[in-house]
Amino acid sequence: MSKASIATINPAEAAHFGKMAADWWDPKGSSAMLHKLNPVRLRYIRRHIDRHFACDKCEWTPLEGRTALDVGCGAGLLAEPLARLGAAVTAIDAAPENIAAAQAHAAQSGLAIDYRAEPVETLEAGPFDLVTCMEVIEHVDSPDHFAAALAGKLADGGLLILSTPNRTPASRALLVEGAERLGQIPRGTHDWDKFLTPEECEALLTDAGLTVIDSEGIAFGPGQGLHLSDNKMLNYILAAVKT
Amino acid sequence: MAEAAIILGGGLIGLTQALALAAQGVATHVVERFDPEAMATRGFDGRTSAISSSSMAMLEAIGLGPHLTGTGCAIETIKVLDHLRPGGLDFQSERPGDALGTMYENHLLRRTLFDSAKASDRITLHLGQDVVARRFDGGTAQVELADGSVLAAPLLIAAEGRGSETREQLGITPARWQYDHSAMVSAVYHEKPHDNVAYEIFYSTGPFALLPMLDSDDGRHRSAIVWSVPRDQAPGYMKLSDRGFAAELDKASGGALGTISMAAPRSSYPLGFHHSARVTDQRIVLIGDAGHGIHPIAGQGLNLGFRDVAALTEVLVDGMRLGMDPGDAQLLARYERWRGLDTLMVAMATDGLNRLFGIPGKPASAVRRFGMGLVARAKPLQGFFMDEARGTSGAMPKLLQGIPV
Repeated sequence: MSKASIATINPAEAAHFGKMAADWWDPKGSSAMLHKLNPVRLRYIRRHIDRHFACDKCEWTPLEGRTALDVGCGAGLLAEPLARLGAAVTAIDAAPENIAAAQAHAAQSGLAIDYRAEPVETLEAGPFDLVTCMEVIEHVDSPDHFAAALAGKLADGGLLILSTPNRTPASRALLVEGAERLGQIPRGTHDWDKFLTPEECEALLTDAGLTVIDSEGIAFGPGQGLHLSDNKMLNYILAAVKT
Repeated sequence: MAEAAIILGGGLIGLTQALALAAQGVATHVVERFDPEAMATRGFDGRTSAISSSSMAMLEAIGLGPHLTGTGCAIETIKVLDHLRPGGLDFQSERPGDALGTMYENHLLRRTLFDSAKASDRITLHLGQDVVARRFDGGTAQVELADGSVLAAPLLIAAEGRGSETREQLGITPARWQYDHSAMVSAVYHEKPHDNVAYEIFYSTGPFALLPMLDSDDGRHRSAIVWSVPRDQAPGYMKLSDRGFAAELDKASGGALGTISMAAPRSSYPLGFHHSARVTDQRIVLIGDAGHGIHPIAGQGLNLGFRDVAALTEVLVDGMRLGMDPGDAQLLARYERWRGLDTLMVAMATDGLNRLFGIPGKPASAVRRFGMGLVARAKPLQGFFMDEARGTSGAMPKLLQGIPV
């Protein structure tokens, strides 16, 4: 994909997340839901790292010697764990405020992460062994271009992990109308019409030249909180490879 | 790997926590005010602890098995009696050799833990050091020591015991009450062998427990005693001569083990209960008696603390394998959820047991004996009590099943 291709970031959405930047790392702040979601995503990511790169599940740094790109990194909630797992991490976000918050926090954590306020389409780095993209594809203007750009950043034999909400009545009721109105997710975070079903998402990635190898739901239960599940009604996470 | 946590307190729980993490490859600092060399003597701690089989499984899983083999005495039967009356309740291990618990002398446990901690290259000991300040700025927990040095790590684990200063600093006020009772603790020689039986005899003045110990080096039969009496009566008992005290024990034990004589000095402890629903804060977690102190009626305080250690170790190691910060609020929340119900249930059960048996008079005694008879006949209930005694109820952390995390 060339640099001249369309940047898919929506400016109004980027500004919205910028406002949240300072609050990102407060586990009880406006990103509380993301903090709760983080261990669930990480469990899925770790499982596929171990499977794909043939690592032992007890290794502390399975990504040692590998490169990772986190697209839509926010203030580094996922980039920091990837760095602790040993990866040389590049992390990008559309909002410069997020990148500033992420850089400040990584310094505090003693982690060297290459943060850039840049869209994936113009990023001059890579390709990467691992690309992660959590809850981003539902915010971009042209998901097909975006999927192609993600695939373009993946090394041959590389692994992509992507998560996004499903477009179902349940996700509309719970994520957009429920959680946002109840203040558990900041109002204006989601535009339901842009959500992708797992089939649509898989088709986009296939068109971009990737093979989806696994997908799982992220569900909510009163006893278990957020957890990996067969139920994809609300949210799903998938693994794809470039062969 | 840099230290993942600073552990305050080098007692039984603090050192076990450090060793459990070290066994998984996680490094820690341990800060202790006293000299553990002095703590590992009978004079500092003459008590004996009943280690449940699940606690033992953990101690073995973290490599302490060889040091403890042959130093403890297995409890194969627990006889529960109401005032030496008939209608008591017997708990027996289902298979021979499957002990309900094992009695270890605290000073030996302390010695084993301290020697192992000294030998571990993943544990940095800071001994004889007072903590002058605790700070939780930004990305780390920091502890300033009396010698001016400052330790920093992502997480602070407070294992300082009942009077936890960390808990006070956080302003966590536990639910707490005093029992108006004191426990007198010692060890005795007795004429007849104990046959690995523990006796728990409930008197309206308080419970009396005889717990089997290994025979002494010169071959005399020994048991530990924990005798709970009204607080105002304790000084009188403590003032008795050894022979006078032994005579009181003869009466309390109903001659079950023959004539008793003293095998160790006596000490007495005021009994209290405290329980904090909240045992975490930003980059801090309370474990062991720092978070909960319960009535020693069923000997579960130390085992509860070991269960804290097993759960916290699993939560931290699990989280760190996902690349998470060991002080991450999500991990601490998981620990708090996991342990909350168990500690409260055990606390309430032991408290209730104590109150139930503390009611004087014939009707109360009849209710108790009826209750004990019921439990004796009801398999599932008995299973619950046995599992509590063994420490195998609830969702089990892996270490308590003897499995590394």
